[in-house]
Amino acid sequence: MRHSFIAQNPSVLWFLLALSLFTLGVTVLSEAAGVAVISTSFVKTLGKTLCLCLIAVAMDVVWGYCGILSLGHFAFFGLGGYAIGMWLMYARTEAIVLDALAQQPLPPTPQEVSDAIGNQIFGVVGSSEFPWIWAFADTLYLQLLMIVVIPGLLALVFGWLAFRSRVTGVYLSILTQAMTLALSLYLFQNDSGLRGNNGLSGLQNIPGYEDTSQAVISIVFLWASALALGAGYVFFAWVVSGKMGSVIKGIRDNEARVRFLGYRVESYKLFIFTITAIVSAIAGALYYPQAGIINPGEIAPIASIYLAVWVAIGGRGRLYGAVIGAAFVSLLSSWFTGGGAPAVPLGFYTIQWTDWWLVLLGLSFVAVTLFFPKGIGGLFDYLVRKP
Amino acid sequence: MIRLLFLAAALCLTLPGPSHAQSLQNLLQTHADEVLKPGRRSVGVVLDDLVSSGLPQAVPFLEAWRDREIVQRDADGRFFRSADDTLFDLETGEVLGPAESDALTQSRPNGGVRRAIGDALVQFQLSDPDITKRRAAVDAIARSMDASQLTPLRMSIEAEPDTALKATKTRLAGMLAARFGKTPEARIDAIGGLAGDLSVDVRAVLNTILATTGDVAETLPDDVNLARLLQPGIDLTEAEAYRQLVANDLAPPPIPAHAIRAALSSNIVDGFVGGLAVHTLDTDENRMTAYRALAQAGEVPPLVTAQDQAAALASHVFYQAYDEPDIRITDAARAALDAIETRVAFSQAADLALDALSLASIYFLAAIGLAITFGVMGVINMAHGEFIMMGAYTGFVVQLFVPDYTLSILIALPLAFAVTFGAGVAMERLVIRHLYHRPLETLLATFGLSIALQQLAKNIFGTQARPLTSPGWLDGALVFNDVIAISYIRIAIFVLALIFLGVILYVLKRTRLGLEVRAVTQNPGMAASMGINPDRINMLTFGLGSGIAGIAGVAIGLYAKVTSEMGADYIVQSFMTVVVGGVGNVWGTLAGASLIGFLQKGIEWLNPSNTLAAQTYMILFIILFIQFRPKGIVALKGRAAAD
Repeated sequence: MRHSFIAQNPSVLWFLLALSLFTLGVTVLSEAAGVAVISTSFVKTLGKTLCLCLIAVAMDVVWGYCGILSLGHFAFFGLGGYAIGMWLMYARTEAIVLDALAQQPLPPTPQEVSDAIGNQIFGVVGSSEFPWIWAFADTLYLQLLMIVVIPGLLALVFGWLAFRSRVTGVYLSILTQAMTLALSLYLFQNDSGLRGNNGLSGLQNIPGYEDTSQAVISIVFLWASALALGAGYVFFAWVVSGKMGSVIKGIRDNEARVRFLGYRVESYKLFIFTITAIVSAIAGALYYPQAGIINPGEIAPIASIYLAVWVAIGGRGRLYGAVIGAAFVSLLSSWFTGGGAPAVPLGFYTIQWTDWWLVLLGLSFVAVTLFFPKGIGGLFDYLVRKP
Repeated sequence: MIRLLFLAAALCLTLPGPSHAQSLQNLLQTHADEVLKPGRRSVGVVLDDLVSSGLPQAVPFLEAWRDREIVQRDADGRFFRSADDTLFDLETGEVLGPAESDALTQSRPNGGVRRAIGDALVQFQLSDPDITKRRAAVDAIARSMDASQLTPLRMSIEAEPDTALKATKTRLAGMLAARFGKTPEARIDAIGGLAGDLSVDVRAVLNTILATTGDVAETLPDDVNLARLLQPGIDLTEAEAYRQLVANDLAPPPIPAHAIRAALSSNIVDGFVGGLAVHTLDTDENRMTAYRALAQAGEVPPLVTAQDQAAALASHVFYQAYDEPDIRITDAARAALDAIETRVAFSQAADLALDALSLASIYFLAAIGLAITFGVMGVINMAHGEFIMMGAYTGFVVQLFVPDYTLSILIALPLAFAVTFGAGVAMERLVIRHLYHRPLETLLATFGLSIALQQLAKNIFGTQARPLTSPGWLDGALVFNDVIAISYIRIAIFVLALIFLGVILYVLKRTRLGLEVRAVTQNPGMAASMGINPDRINMLTFGLGSGIAGIAGVAIGLYAKVTSEMGADYIVQSFMTVVVGGVGNVWGTLAGASLIGFLQKGIEWLNPSNTLAAQTYMILFIILFIQFRPKGIVALKGRAAAD
């Protein structure tokens, strides 16, 4: 079985090889290895890009393979980030608070410690009490579990409601967009228990490793992201191949026909929706410690639409296409908006790319949809002649 | 004082009295001592005489006196006004020359005297021939009500020639009587007269009468006008209740946690405190034990335990008593206030409904174009919001060239339609036509256009908000009473929405184009075989939908600011409207817009401090609503319903 899976999906091996070479290459050239060809901040950018590639792969499975255009997967990404961010923030604040309280003549009571931490974290939104959603924030393994459980449950309930009443097509897209909008609006409130629009910050400082340099931490997270991407890729490649993969692609192409053949279409869709939501959350949990800060703006509907843009430009219906699209567009985007691209003087007007990049992206997106529905990944079809 | 008031009343009837023959200077000379060194008691005589004299110079004299500008010349004892080192005659007001302060003594009335002068001035002003002065006097009374103002105000009502001001005076007199009437019966009568009035100041008067003070006692005293009993833990927190006990010396103050910690830290001896090792004091229990030990040794004040506090709370009565001792008056005021508040609640509901209606008409305008294109072509246009923005910017550009606001709006409306109609047709020809069989990709392609257009607008017009000024006749608001009011712009938008509803219904139901549009909506293949060109219909429908978005943009721009992101603010609401209402149906969109508009205002009313929460709950409601009516309120049959 293992043999046939690889044989069916030669791209998996190529992908894993490329990913390993990339990770090793970055590690060797990083500041942590002493060469410092690649700066620590760029290593972080690359690590974050790998996480974006992972959520793009998940998006590709749910959209390119199952035909559900979800415009809400960044909500799960953000929830994953919030879940790990809660522990990071709690544990770090706890260490600081315990240090401060140790200076006092009396040993602190548990209540005093909790009050002081609450004050530190929630002072910015005018509160000092721990909301109930922070109940597990003091225990790493429970909070790690939350990364999977919370977005998984949300996706399960939302998907169950939506698929059960046979909401499909653009309706479903709008509904998922509404979901992520509702979530981000909710988190923007100060009394949401997650610090409102301040979000969670200081996530790049890993509790217990305060003395380790960011150069080393960035490499560790790069490896973790690469590992997650590799594992996610193999997992999804396995999901979309074989009999189950055929059913899923059948649902994409003609849902009614698959249903008439006796398959429980809703269950398949729910499974795909939930599992991709969980993988998105894992990607988010790896992304935000590298980004250092998470706030509700991150899960605004526009982010999820960009995710669809990456996957479309990279090429739907092929997992490496999603990876290429996410990496290509997000790196290009940071190059253009970061002022890296040279301005184009036209004599009467100078094109500043920070102003014109979005115009270019939007128009090239239209062009890709119109003329290259297979995206960048479609170019590989010319290289590999299929029998 | 009473005599003075009656004299003021006599004055307001401007009876020419015999005292007119007297001059102001003579009058002042008879009271020279009181004028020069006025006291709170002695000033009354002077004021009485001044008022009864009916002299026209009395008012400027009083003003000058209040402002400490009256001086006495030491040489002959005559009084003058001195301002800016210049001496003025009191009778004629003419300049007499420079004021030499060595030869003059200034009259310096103290605060109390100046207040008495001010009161006398109010009486003059209430009957002043100049209506602006009378208004100012009435306003001054309304700002700071006082028992002394009631009688002069009442006296001035009858002779008041201006009907509006007369009504204001009567109302104000009613409020004054409710608070300061002489007998309880008079006050109850006055309170009853206020019951029909919704205004804020009447409610403030009633609330002042009903002001309460919280108090605590071991048993409830008989002589208080009880408002209500308070239950610690329900009506007020136990901590507050105990604080009240402490403030009234009915219980010992509790020892707060930080005081316990401080007491323990300052009593550490050789690593032990109160018989316990310091390192064991990391629980509240151990800290209490240690503190008790210290208290027994007399080192610190004794602990007030939770049981002590509960016992203290249980053995006392907490209550709120009216400041007004007469229960008949408070009962009448309570009844009047309840009646007013019921009416205020009804008015607020009406006001809320008006707000919701105007919000619904905005959503309708924003969404109807989207609904038509979606219904006919099965295409969701993510760039719809950008067409709204385009229309608003068209209005802004027109106003740059046409300075007259009425004219510019009249030009902007059709021009915005033309511009967005053209943009819509171009978009349909260039992009959407190629994607008819891939609806999800239309969504993405139009989204690509949306971000490009948005950024383009940002590049052209900048990031700051641009104004779209409405014509002057749309300023202001239609005010029904103190609670219900709606701005004319919102009425205009409502009317515009109504017009559009009519026009669209007419186009769809009564014209050849409408017939063809409906045919293509129901079955494009069959329509094509009947000789209808679906391509042309699709193009025109898309243009129509986009054109309406442009007009909606002008309307929205009039009451909100024009920014490059304004379309994005409305696009999600428009989607919701379409999805809830059901696609491709004008009535469905109307129903969807009304539902969302009323729902949003309703939720905002329930939770007024938090509009973010209102939006969250509304979206949750819509997600649930879709569960029960997946195709919207008015479900469509035909092509759009097939997928």
